[in-house]
Amino acid sequence: MKKTYKIEVDCANCANLMEDAARKTPGVAAATVNFMTQKMIVEFQEGQEPKDVMQAVLKACKKVEPDCEIEL
Amino acid sequence: MSKKQTVMLVRILITAALLVGLNFITLPSELKMALYLAAYLIIGYDILRKAGKGILNGQVFDENFLMAVATIGAIALSTYERSGDYNEAIAVMLFYQVGELFQSYAVGKSRRNITALMDIRPDYANIERNGQLEKVDPDEVAIGSVIVVQPGEKVPIDGTVTEGNSALNTSALTGESLPREVKAGDEVISGCINMTGVLRIQTTKEFGESTVSKILELVEESSSRKSKSENFISKFAKIYTPVICIAALLLAVLPPIGNLLMGNPANWAIWIYNALTFLVISCPCALVVSVPLSFFAGIGGASKEGVLIKGSNYMETLSQTKVVVFDKTGTLTQGVFEVNGIHHNTMEEQKLLEYAALAECSSSHPISKSLQKAYGKEIDRSRVTDIEEISGHGLIAKVDGVEVAAGNAKLMTRLGISYADCHSVGTIIHVAINGEYAGHILISDIEKPNSKAAIAALKKAGVEKTVMLTGDAKRVAEQVAANLGVDEVHSELLPGDKVSEVEKLLAAKSPKAKLAFVGDGINDAPVLGRADIGIAMGAMGSDAAIEAADVVLMDDDPMKIAKGIKISRKCISIVYQNITLALVVKFICLALGIVGRANMWLAIFADVGVTVIAVLNAIRALRVHNL
Repeated sequence: MKKTYKIEVDCANCANLMEDAARKTPGVAAATVNFMTQKMIVEFQEGQEPKDVMQAVLKACKKVEPDCEIEL
Repeated sequence: MSKKQTVMLVRILITAALLVGLNFITLPSELKMALYLAAYLIIGYDILRKAGKGILNGQVFDENFLMAVATIGAIALSTYERSGDYNEAIAVMLFYQVGELFQSYAVGKSRRNITALMDIRPDYANIERNGQLEKVDPDEVAIGSVIVVQPGEKVPIDGTVTEGNSALNTSALTGESLPREVKAGDEVISGCINMTGVLRIQTTKEFGESTVSKILELVEESSSRKSKSENFISKFAKIYTPVICIAALLLAVLPPIGNLLMGNPANWAIWIYNALTFLVISCPCALVVSVPLSFFAGIGGASKEGVLIKGSNYMETLSQTKVVVFDKTGTLTQGVFEVNGIHHNTMEEQKLLEYAALAECSSSHPISKSLQKAYGKEIDRSRVTDIEEISGHGLIAKVDGVEVAAGNAKLMTRLGISYADCHSVGTIIHVAINGEYAGHILISDIEKPNSKAAIAALKKAGVEKTVMLTGDAKRVAEQVAANLGVDEVHSELLPGDKVSEVEKLLAAKSPKAKLAFVGDGINDAPVLGRADIGIAMGAMGSDAAIEAADVVLMDDDPMKIAKGIKISRKCISIVYQNITLALVVKFICLALGIVGRANMWLAIFADVGVTVIAVLNAIRALRVHNL
């Protein structure tokens, strides 16, 4: 399953860091952050609950970029 | 300006005022020191906080860390030297924040410009309920519903016109400024703007499956396919920052130790200052921000022109295209068959056409359709009787009681009628009336008006070789190729043969030159996938083409291929300009820093100034209309 989330991030490098962090989160099959459109596209692994996974993604992203926001 | 940016502006103004004030008013040194510290914290507290959090989270080497170390270092140095001059640390932080503010404003503004360009998403659909128009979310409109589109509104969902006439502006989708006339029965695609009349449209797709949604999805996902330059930048940033930190540390420690060993004064303060300057210069933001921005602007500008590029990597490949392979039918030719001539006729052309069209009236073959189209009048089926179809030959029928035989040469031979052969290429329909040869009708696929100019434009844009592949007969293929000026032609190919031909071409070219395949996307999917870059044209409404290709041309104008290549070249050259500019300026400043010739002001320019220049340069990638 693939979902798109609106995000808020100020710098392109931070967006890259968020992308890395999201990819490494368990339950995420693939993740892309589009800095220009301020969107995060997350593909979840089979049988994962997007809501739970996204909580973990948000936590991981906050770790690398404290200023970022993901609209869940 | 966003709220965050406004807050930052206020912080910058307060700090600037404090800084100026402190340099003019004489105060007791303790109070002065406290005020300096306050100014420093006002301007830099978020940097310090982020740097602290970064260290806690194991993200040590980011720009916040660099700025924190550089400024705290400068303050510590002033305290140690008892100079009481904290101006530099605060000014550095101040200018860093000014630069960041400007940069975030510029990036935000260009981001909005680009997204506004692609603002084709319809906000609502009109549905008529009890004689009243009601605005609903396009997502809620079921397939088969009738929606009303008024002049000035966007068509929200793909469908068929049931009522009304109008002209549609398709420029947001195709870059084509000529409006398209539509009437009842015509297909319309979402994203067009209705210009003149009210249209009632029966939807044939859901909003999510409609053209406009597909395009938006494609553009928004385009950045997920990163180009080599972007990958280079992110890898570069990962190695670069730690290397710089170590280099700065060595710069702070080695020369003073060297001095001590040589018996000279160590000059710790000077070398630490140099190391801190070195740190500020080194921030990689100019690269990290401007490269993706250039690609995004390029992709945005190209979509405005009706060329959808699915990712930055394809932008890069497209710019290196040296060989362009075309499918013939539907790409260079219109793919519709038209009556192109009537020869050796013993009766009036129109009369002959009328007999042939009537005789073929029951057939749904494209050939008979084009005969009927050329005849142009209503077909009265009651005039036709005794239709006998002879498979692979043609047919014989009675029209107004007269026996008409229409078909290929085999039919004439079978009926024992002598016929005149045709020297033109195309499909020939021989017609015999009452057993007498009456002439033949030439039907052929016609070239697109722009095809020849498109091939010339490709040559001009630096494409070295053009190749045409077709399943058509050799004679037809060679004539079309000669007309259009295509270099090489391979004819009578089965769909599978096209893949092997492309593979041969791929093997023959130099590895740096890229091969593009252009097709109409209908049965070209394997070839589109095999080429370095697959270009599908006439994609309006065809999901299969959008899926299979790397670059999608919204209409079927072959001129767009050259345009796409030019856009990609411009975009890539801007990317390289930015990379070069940033690296050259940084390395010069770093070198000056190492020999102790750079101060903090130069450092700030190397960091923020270069970023701003690079961002402004990146925006140029958006302007591609006149290429």
